[in-house]
Amino acid sequence: MTETVVEMRHITKKFGEFKANDDISLSLHQGEILALLGENGAGKSTLMGMLSGLLETTSGEILINGREVKMKNPRDAKHYGIGMVHQHFMLIPAFTVLENIILGDEPIKGGVRIDYAGAEKKIQELSDRYQLDIDVHAKVRDITVGMQQRVEIMKALYREANIFIFDEPTAALTPQEIEQLMKIFRALADEGKSIIFITHKLKEIKEAADRCVVIRSGRVIDTVQIEGVSEERLAEMMVGRKLRNTVEKKVVDQKQVVLDVQQLNVEKNSRLMVKNLSLQVHTGEIVGVAGVDGNGQSELIDAITGMQKIKSGSVEIMGKHYENKPVRSITEAGVGYIPEDRQTVGLILPLSLAENLSLKNYYQKPANKSGVLNYQYINEHGRKLIKDFDIRSQSEQISVGSLSGGNQQKVVVAREIASDPNLLIAANPTRGVDVGAIEYIHEMINQERNSGKAILLVSFELDEILKLSDRIVVMHEGEIVGEIDPKETSSQELGLMMAGKKVQTKTQEAAN
Amino acid sequence: MNLSTTLMTILSTTLVYAAPLIFTSLGGTFSERSGIVNVGLEGMMVVGAFSSSIFTLSFANALGDAAPWVSFLVGGAFGCLFSVLHAVATVSFRADHIISGTVLNMLAPALCVFLTRIFYDGKGQTPEISQGLGTVTVPGLSKIPFIGKVFFTQTSMVAWAAIVVAIVCWYVLYRTGFGLRLRSVGENPAAADTLGINVYRYRYLGVLISGFLGGLGGAVMAQSITLSFSISTISGQGFMALAAMIFGKWNPLGAMGAAVFFGLAQSLPIIGAYIPGLSGINSVWFQVAPYLITIIVLVLFLGKSVGPAADGENYIKSK
Repeated sequence: MTETVVEMRHITKKFGEFKANDDISLSLHQGEILALLGENGAGKSTLMGMLSGLLETTSGEILINGREVKMKNPRDAKHYGIGMVHQHFMLIPAFTVLENIILGDEPIKGGVRIDYAGAEKKIQELSDRYQLDIDVHAKVRDITVGMQQRVEIMKALYREANIFIFDEPTAALTPQEIEQLMKIFRALADEGKSIIFITHKLKEIKEAADRCVVIRSGRVIDTVQIEGVSEERLAEMMVGRKLRNTVEKKVVDQKQVVLDVQQLNVEKNSRLMVKNLSLQVHTGEIVGVAGVDGNGQSELIDAITGMQKIKSGSVEIMGKHYENKPVRSITEAGVGYIPEDRQTVGLILPLSLAENLSLKNYYQKPANKSGVLNYQYINEHGRKLIKDFDIRSQSEQISVGSLSGGNQQKVVVAREIASDPNLLIAANPTRGVDVGAIEYIHEMINQERNSGKAILLVSFELDEILKLSDRIVVMHEGEIVGEIDPKETSSQELGLMMAGKKVQTKTQEAAN
Repeated sequence: MNLSTTLMTILSTTLVYAAPLIFTSLGGTFSERSGIVNVGLEGMMVVGAFSSSIFTLSFANALGDAAPWVSFLVGGAFGCLFSVLHAVATVSFRADHIISGTVLNMLAPALCVFLTRIFYDGKGQTPEISQGLGTVTVPGLSKIPFIGKVFFTQTSMVAWAAIVVAIVCWYVLYRTGFGLRLRSVGENPAAADTLGINVYRYRYLGVLISGFLGGLGGAVMAQSITLSFSISTISGQGFMALAAMIFGKWNPLGAMGAAVFFGLAQSLPIIGAYIPGLSGINSVWFQVAPYLITIIVLVLFLGKSVGPAADGENYIKSK
């Protein structure tokens, strides 16, 4: 067995009364890639925060190279050769790459002056050795996310780190960038560096890691060798139960048109984002809109929900026209909307759970009695939805901002479904949400379909579209370039259409 | 009056009025580069003007020729001391920066005039300062034809000192480790924190340097322009310095350039009569000009110039 570089023994971390980490022990060997797997809010980042000196342990010991250490701040962690690459990069956009790398450890020449040339030489050497392609003179705000991450890695290398911690390193990367990152992981490990990476993506663990520590609700569930363990088994350990990969679709009446969009044109910043688009959604049907981000999906949804002006065309809901109508009249027509950005559009973070759950009915009886809010009802309503929708929260009175991403999303879903809509619009309903919550949200959306509601689903996740949709339309540059049956297509075919390749659809064939 | 005399008059008056603005806008630059919005510059100037006036009136005889310069530094020291209020409120207690700065602006004139009344038998104005930071003619250099006349005859030494200080400030902010760290806490304090930079310490330093330079600015105002201290000694110069800082894109050299421009605007009531073509205009316009130009510049540039990303944002470190 190779040398153990990090050992964490019986680590407990409390925030007030809440135990974020409960008696966690793990070890990391030299040249090893260790994955830390767990749902959002399981306590992975807290644990690594203590290893990188950002947080202090409540109890327990940390041993580096066999010696017990006390880490009070990031300086100490650096001193022990620990480098952290945060999920939200800790970079300064207005500074150059070079300035970002040396910040805090500036080489000084002649007493006060920063030795930029010397620093650049050192960075260039490291860059060649680990094949980190970075442009040291570029401003960080001008470089790609992938390069920003390489800058973060370089920051750690520059500080002569031997132990690398990556917090959700692939969250913002493209598939190509992920591949490149995995190569860098290997290169680092081959040079004898040790890596811990936090993730909830199983594919990456199978691909890159040697061992995996699974954490659930602040406790270690198991530590496993990656060889010989399946993705399903890992998922099960992470969530604590078996996950289902399909939804059960009942046969329902799909005759009645709920949403009828005809010849819709939408302009944003004087650019035509939606072009002559026609689309129908029927009762008991999920229509999936696939497409690469920025091809007019947001504008289409904003136009239907009244958030954006329509240039021309018609939007009918249950047979009535709703072009450029106030948002409230559209919601009162029975439109539920799960927006893409829950934090700025879907929720009011400082308000309580109960208040957020009443955002659609606060002005109506019984939440509102002649202009005065009826908090008794609002809180009761909140408690009921928290129970019905399995939102993990101690109370309906705490602010929504303090919940994890998955639970925040459940709040939005609960409010919109509880308003009993005729049409439910869901935009990337599971973005940044962990697998347990994804499964739950999918179930909820499908239940709505089975009870005869019309659902318009926009998603960048092909798996989600394929799993839920009855019909898939593909949007490219503001147009629908094709319509396909999810049972008769593959991600590959969808991918080609999303890239703009027009495909003859059945309806068009019939018309010819 | 010939050309070189006219230019000499315009330049020397401009510099006299620019000097307080240069110091103060440099102060603002340090504070805001560290992420603390400083609308309290006006108040810091008032304290600097007051303390330097009192000091020079009390110790002029004992110190002789050095008195103006020593009291100039005393103004800075008291400005620095006064800025501790802003630093404690914004950095330690995470108060809103604008509110805290406004408090400083309301507190300073009230306190200083109150103290003036106590020190000078109920009068709201100090006696006149006999030895101010006046103009000097540089021996030797002033003999250079034309240039010597325009730049080195009856010129304001303290203004040239301000220009040198501006260059030093630029060097400190953009070439030293201290400057890089100070700017980093104003751009992304969380990132600086992960690199072991003490955000609170650098923000304190930013505000204290700002108070020192603002105090110097106030001292120059009292000792080279008004030559006494009263409620009207500092009348908007702190805000002009703030405007100069924004106009100069939070860069010491830019702020200095903008301050010289505002100095020119402020000296218009005096030099307007000497400038051919402007002598016929009613002097009221010249008196209004500096304020009007400040507003116009702010309207035109405030929206466009991009300041430090975390300027005005309090940083809460999680434990």
